[in-house]
Amino acid sequence: MTYLPKPKLHHPSLQKNRVGFTRRDYEGAISTLCAGCGHDSISAAIIQACWELDIEPHRVAKLSGIGCSSKTPTYFLGQSHGFNTVHGRMPSVLTGANLANRELLYLGVSGDGDSASIGIGQFVHAIRRGVDMVYIVENNGVYGLTKGQFSATADQGSKSKKGAVNTDAPVDMVGMALQLGASFVARGFSGDKQQLVPILKAAMTHTGAAFVDVISPCVAFNNHPGSTKSYDYVREHNHALCRMDFIPPRVEITVDSHPPGEVREVRQHDGSMLRLRKLPDSHDTGDRVAAMNYLHECQARGEIVTGLLYVDPEAPDLHAHLDTAPVAFNRLAEPELCPGAAALARINAGLR
Amino acid sequence: MKPIEAVNDFVVKFANVNGSGSASANELFAKCILRMGVPVSPRNIFPSNIQGLPTWYEVRVSEAGWLGRRGGYDLLVAMNPQTWDEDVAGLAPGGYLFYDNSKPLAKSKFRDDVSVIGVPLTDIANQTWDDARQRQLFKNIMYLGALSVLLGIERDVIVQLIGEQYKGKQALLEPNVHALDLGRGYAEQQLQPIGLKIERRDNVGDRIFVDGNSAAALGMVYGGATVCAWYPITPSSSLAEAFQKYCAKLRVDPETGKHRYAIVQAEDEIASIGIVTGAGWNGARAFTATSGPGISLMNEIIGLAYFAEIPVTIVDVQRGGPSTGMPTRTQQSDVAFCAHASHGDTSHVLLFPEDPHECFEFAATALDLADRLQTPVFVMSDLDIGMNHRLCKPFEWDESRRYDRGKVLTAEQLEAGVPFGRYRDVDGDGIPYRTWPGTHPTRGSFFTRGTSKNADARYSENGEDYIENMRRLQRKFETARSLLPQPVVHEAPHSTRHGAIYFGSTSPSMAEAIVKLDADGVHVDALRVRGYPFADSVREFIDAHDTVFVVEQNRDAQLRSLLIEQFEVDPARLVPVLHYDGTPITARFIARVIGERMGVADVTRMRSGKVA
Repeated sequence: MTYLPKPKLHHPSLQKNRVGFTRRDYEGAISTLCAGCGHDSISAAIIQACWELDIEPHRVAKLSGIGCSSKTPTYFLGQSHGFNTVHGRMPSVLTGANLANRELLYLGVSGDGDSASIGIGQFVHAIRRGVDMVYIVENNGVYGLTKGQFSATADQGSKSKKGAVNTDAPVDMVGMALQLGASFVARGFSGDKQQLVPILKAAMTHTGAAFVDVISPCVAFNNHPGSTKSYDYVREHNHALCRMDFIPPRVEITVDSHPPGEVREVRQHDGSMLRLRKLPDSHDTGDRVAAMNYLHECQARGEIVTGLLYVDPEAPDLHAHLDTAPVAFNRLAEPELCPGAAALARINAGLR
Repeated sequence: MKPIEAVNDFVVKFANVNGSGSASANELFAKCILRMGVPVSPRNIFPSNIQGLPTWYEVRVSEAGWLGRRGGYDLLVAMNPQTWDEDVAGLAPGGYLFYDNSKPLAKSKFRDDVSVIGVPLTDIANQTWDDARQRQLFKNIMYLGALSVLLGIERDVIVQLIGEQYKGKQALLEPNVHALDLGRGYAEQQLQPIGLKIERRDNVGDRIFVDGNSAAALGMVYGGATVCAWYPITPSSSLAEAFQKYCAKLRVDPETGKHRYAIVQAEDEIASIGIVTGAGWNGARAFTATSGPGISLMNEIIGLAYFAEIPVTIVDVQRGGPSTGMPTRTQQSDVAFCAHASHGDTSHVLLFPEDPHECFEFAATALDLADRLQTPVFVMSDLDIGMNHRLCKPFEWDESRRYDRGKVLTAEQLEAGVPFGRYRDVDGDGIPYRTWPGTHPTRGSFFTRGTSKNADARYSENGEDYIENMRRLQRKFETARSLLPQPVVHEAPHSTRHGAIYFGSTSPSMAEAIVKLDADGVHVDALRVRGYPFADSVREFIDAHDTVFVVEQNRDAQLRSLLIEQFEVDPARLVPVLHYDGTPITARFIARVIGERMGVADVTRMRSGKVA
């Protein structure tokens, strides 16, 4: 971390997006994480994605739990409301926030301790309810703030900095998200921003529970030989599933120049298009079962699969399940909410 | 032993088997008496079970209008062989034992000092219906018919109530009326009149008959709650279910059919309170309903909501604790716990409804207070109020009433340059201003956290910032005292140095006990606490009396502890009167304990149950 304050002035020539903001307007306070932390790269990718998507910062609510990852919402989108909740409980607080006002974009930022251990129940149930959100797990396999204990996503046999070997089987949150019915499931790597930014943009424009697992090496406690979440290990074992271009709704889709079969286009609910350039052996992103198989096959080969694994662009979200009115509940007042004295008199009459 | 003779003043106890369909027949019995203008107060006494275990329904008939549990019973409807012995043993001497005599029972199974009334319910049912379930269900209606003749309940009243129950379902109406008349016919031809009678009066007035959980749910609808998150737990589940039912009728957009409410049955109480906290943070009115074990799980987030200052409304329908405790029995044993729920220095606002009327009122008030004070507010109901039908004043709603959304800055205010610092005490009442997410493009955003912060919501580990914030929270709590429902005082007819403080479901028994004590020359002024932190008038009441009895339904005298803590009064002046066996407190108990403490010579007479 640095103690130098960020200058508030922008260079006048900084490029503005369609809603009049520069990239700097999407930044937050200076990070207090360790230099080289993968989480800071993810924050940068979030900033980039929001700026490129022309999202008004105040239309985003960012929520997190507790831990290094959960500190990061302070370091991006300083014009957005943020909520650093308690350990492992971001999903429920985000669910409530989303029910109160469906019109905002909800970013849930969590870590592997937060979501795979103490909060695994909340992760599970928020995903299976289909809460319209981007659920980002900044996954480093280790507890950073408490100095290097294994987390539940640490691979069996991986070594801690102090040399201890993890004997417990890992929780695979991507596999769980697929099984639980997430309508958008992807994995990224904090060291590959080119891949991560389009993934985040696609997740942010997706309606429904979008789950993004981002492998994010911990430079202080989990970046050594023997770790399976180090920069070196992930680079060596990264199996990038596909390259994805995100095409916003307003851009005219030109005739595809790629040979058929290699490119798959997915039109999302908001009109945006995901153009997926597939690798030869990759699976169909519209097939949940195939995605689960593919994930497990790669795992068996010792590969960390990254990219978009599954998307259902038409999945109903929690609001659709609950059939809620298409309005922010926090704007409803007495006329819409209070049935009035006459209705109460009828209720009283029925109770005599 | 002379048979008991009483008009409109006795207790009937139904002993049934859980799942036998007796509940609706028993409720019908209670309602018939109400329709004849005579107040009744029924109570379910039930096990933690769906089918097979014993269940009881006690109906106190009281022309005088006493709605507390009396204790004892004068007429036993013994429909459960499993509990026969203990049920019969508990019947008052001179009482009446009504039973199904289809099968002969040994003489040793009866008592000499009670009147025995046998009706061959099973035989008649078997002769009349082929279907086993029908035989079972109509047996209940048959005993209702026989009882109506014995007690003088008008047939027309029952038939009308059955008609209301099965409105539009003619196929169900006729066999029920037939079963009723079978029971009535047998009683008219075969049974002797008994000493207990219902006579028509006009003592019910415009009061309504409803359970506290339904009332609180309706209060949440009227109070503008749009988000409800809950986890099933006795005795609060029916509150969330009633909210669902009322919302489906009252909160659907008439044009689109879309819902202006969202109800989530969460995975546990931690998620319930998390959802409510998230919704409150984002400007929707939200609540959860739970019981003690749920509050235990919610503690961490309750502390977050207190420290981050987020409106949260919690209905605690209290049951017996600790741990799983007595899930189907009543207590007021979460009071001290809720007052300081969560770690660190926390203090919470509590409201104590006395009956369904106040459950409705306080539910809506709690939503206002939570918004005004930006803090968790607890409505401290209990099983006795929540799960039993109680006669109470009709619900009221003033059309001019507006929701108090508290200090929320709008986009217009922010645009006009109103300065904003989330935790600044601008008005000196300890309550800061807040903004909802998404309000203004460049102004009013802040970061909410449970860790320490300065007045502008920036992260701070500075001790001075922390202390300033904690002191402001104390000031806010002081502000709450004048905003809460104020205590209700009942002065004794003669000036006295003795007082009593009570709250919640103790109310009807307390009212009865006081009248009884007055009649015995023991005069006690009484104050019903309706909110915590306590109003100044509670202190004045304590100061005005030498001895104050604090009547409550828990072991540890929890309200008394809070009184001592807040007012730093001499504990010796606050005398605990504690009832905590899981049954609702009775006037007999209160009068006896207070009488004993005050050295009343005539204690024996009170003990015998002839008082109150």
